Amino acid sequence: MNYHWNWQIFWELSPEGTGTYLDMLLSGLWWTILTSLAAWAVGLVVGSVVGIARTLPIRPLQWLAGAYVELFRNIPLLVQLFLWYFVLPELLPHGLGLWMKQMPNAAFYSAVAGVGFFTSSRVAEQVRAGIGALPRGQSMAGKALGLTVAQTYRYVLLPMAYRIILPPLTSEFLNTIKNTSVALTIGLLELTARARAMQEFSFQVFESFTAATIMYMVINMVVVIAMRTLERRVSLTGR
Amino acid sequence: MFANFDFDVIRRSLSYLLIDGMGFTLLLTGLATLLAGILGTILAVIRLSPVPVLPRLIIGYVEFVRSLPLVLLIFWFYFLVPYIGQWLTGAERPIAVGAFSSALITFTLVEAVYFSEIMRAGIQSISRGQLAAARAVGLGYMQSMRYVVLPQAFRNMVPLLLTQTIVLFQDTSLVYVVSITDFLGAAGKVAQRDGRLVEMYLFAAVVYFIMCFAASMLVRHLQRRNEFAR
Amino acid sequence: MSVPPMIDITLVNKFYGNFQVLTDCTTKVRKGEVVVVCGPSGSGKSTLIKCVNALEPFQSGRIIVDGVDLSDPKVDLNRLRARVGMVFQHFELFPHLRITENLCLAQEKVLGRSHEEAMAKTLSLLERVGLKDHAEKRPGQLSGGQQQRVAIARALAMDPVAMLFDEPTSALDPEMIKEVLDVMIELAQDGMTMMVVTHEMGFARKVADRVIFMDKGEIVEDVPKDDFFGKPHSDRAQAFLSKILTH
Repeated sequence: MNYHWNWQIFWELSPEGTGTYLDMLLSGLWWTILTSLAAWAVGLVVGSVVGIARTLPIRPLQWLAGAYVELFRNIPLLVQLFLWYFVLPELLPHGLGLWMKQMPNAAFYSAVAGVGFFTSSRVAEQVRAGIGALPRGQSMAGKALGLTVAQTYRYVLLPMAYRIILPPLTSEFLNTIKNTSVALTIGLLELTARARAMQEFSFQVFESFTAATIMYMVINMVVVIAMRTLERRVSLTGR
Repeated sequence: MFANFDFDVIRRSLSYLLIDGMGFTLLLTGLATLLAGILGTILAVIRLSPVPVLPRLIIGYVEFVRSLPLVLLIFWFYFLVPYIGQWLTGAERPIAVGAFSSALITFTLVEAVYFSEIMRAGIQSISRGQLAAARAVGLGYMQSMRYVVLPQAFRNMVPLLLTQTIVLFQDTSLVYVVSITDFLGAAGKVAQRDGRLVEMYLFAAVVYFIMCFAASMLVRHLQRRNEFAR
Repeated sequence: MSVPPMIDITLVNKFYGNFQVLTDCTTKVRKGEVVVVCGPSGSGKSTLIKCVNALEPFQSGRIIVDGVDLSDPKVDLNRLRARVGMVFQHFELFPHLRITENLCLAQEKVLGRSHEEAMAKTLSLLERVGLKDHAEKRPGQLSGGQQQRVAIARALAMDPVAMLFDEPTSALDPEMIKEVLDVMIELAQDGMTMMVVTHEMGFARKVADRVIFMDKGEIVEDVPKDDFFGKPHSDRAQAFLSKILTH
């Protein structure tokens, strides 16, 4: 292979004038983490609400929540990001749309919304499955004690359901981190975008992608270890 | 609210969008599903077999692919494949690989991992007694897999394999990042040329939604029929 | 006796990790002999007959089947397994294949018979076990007893020199046990060499030549049938017999 390796490249200054190539990748890593956490917060909260709605004995609500899940699950994430970033400001009243377009970090907010709502549809499915996996006697027992529906969910069903779905939620969170890279298409300067930029500036393709790969693997490992610790702490058996 | 928009642009560019764009997307999805399905099945069988070393290599590759964003993997293979081609053919320079081949190789190698995970679960869902019974009548390990275990595993996993294919169909839109003209790429080109971003991206969203929703309904129908058949 | 035994098991030991499942097991089964293996659950009886078919590896000792040493690395185990029939507790028919396909598969892929040849054999065996009318069904459409009779036919299709049965009736409803035992009795009376792991003492009384009693991985008794039912030597066998015979 006649590829010219140069692992020193990370300590050379990038043409952007804001530091070395390593600094460039680290700032990308920072945006990846920030976007992932914000999008995960959106996905978890909205997804929980929608998922719970699908299990409530109210027909229209079930239908609405079901439609929500289908909508966000059946359009590619990339297209959804374009809708948030390019299309939404045009559909809003002129002043509001203009404000959105001129907002600093508009790509970041679009990414959080896009990845967040996309994630919420997947979280909703997990939450529904988690509640569905509980024995029917649980909610009846709650009712028999005189708890309201809200109380039954809050104190009886959800604490168990979330324990059950913790492992799939972990992989959803990992997916969320990976999905933020799609936002490079709307100009978010996250890790993959920065690795790509480094490759374009320096022509050191494999060094820059290797570095990004290692960073993603480290994030993965950290999340997996953290979630495993959490799983053990909330586990009801084997203590 | 749509007063300023010109949805006629869709009609004017329809044949380009559907034949050039969607044609590429469907061809890529179909071929990648086929190749990744075959490769994934082979990976799953080797991974569960008693041979040395190979299963560990496969686990390493699976973990590599699963921990990276698809966009980064597309970049990886986009730049790596010409070098691998050079290495394989002993050519003097990296091999130029066309846009379609590049995308097909990438999605095959990446999706094979996801298909292999599904097939692995499928194989493990078949009771060990089935393998024992196949061995007991004298079938070899590979014969037992081929005639007894894989047909059952495949049948059990059809809904999951189809669902993964829908995911793959959506994921092919990411070839956008290496400027390949798939369906979304075609919509993007028209959008830029005519300054009709809103119309084109909404249209793309509607088309993807209709196709994916219809396909997932079909899968669900199939799943229900499967459950009755058992 | 100059004729070598059909199955010759000598000092076989087997471990799962540190746990010893078989300890110094030694026995011989002559051609045409029917041996019933019994004992409490976890005594290693199923493991022993799976070793005979090389479905379970063992760490020391030797097993010779019809003159073939299983631990000889040159032996083609698939060929050997094809010559020893095995019937499982849970039938293990292949659910995605029709009954005829279940019987033809190994005949064609292992023995290399033509489809016509395999089919002729299949139909005559299905007739023998009384299931010719069900030839084109799938296993899921048959009762447990019928499935087990198909499983016996599947093993017989390979023209085995010996048959191994691993608790063939213990997954069956009581009313189906007899139809399976009848097929087995007929087989025994035809002179098939058989090793049968079972708790069906009625079957043992009727056709067994010898009874092997196992406990905790050891062969505790290995005696002619009448001796076993008349006066078992060991306390363990007596305790076992009184337990299963009073029920």
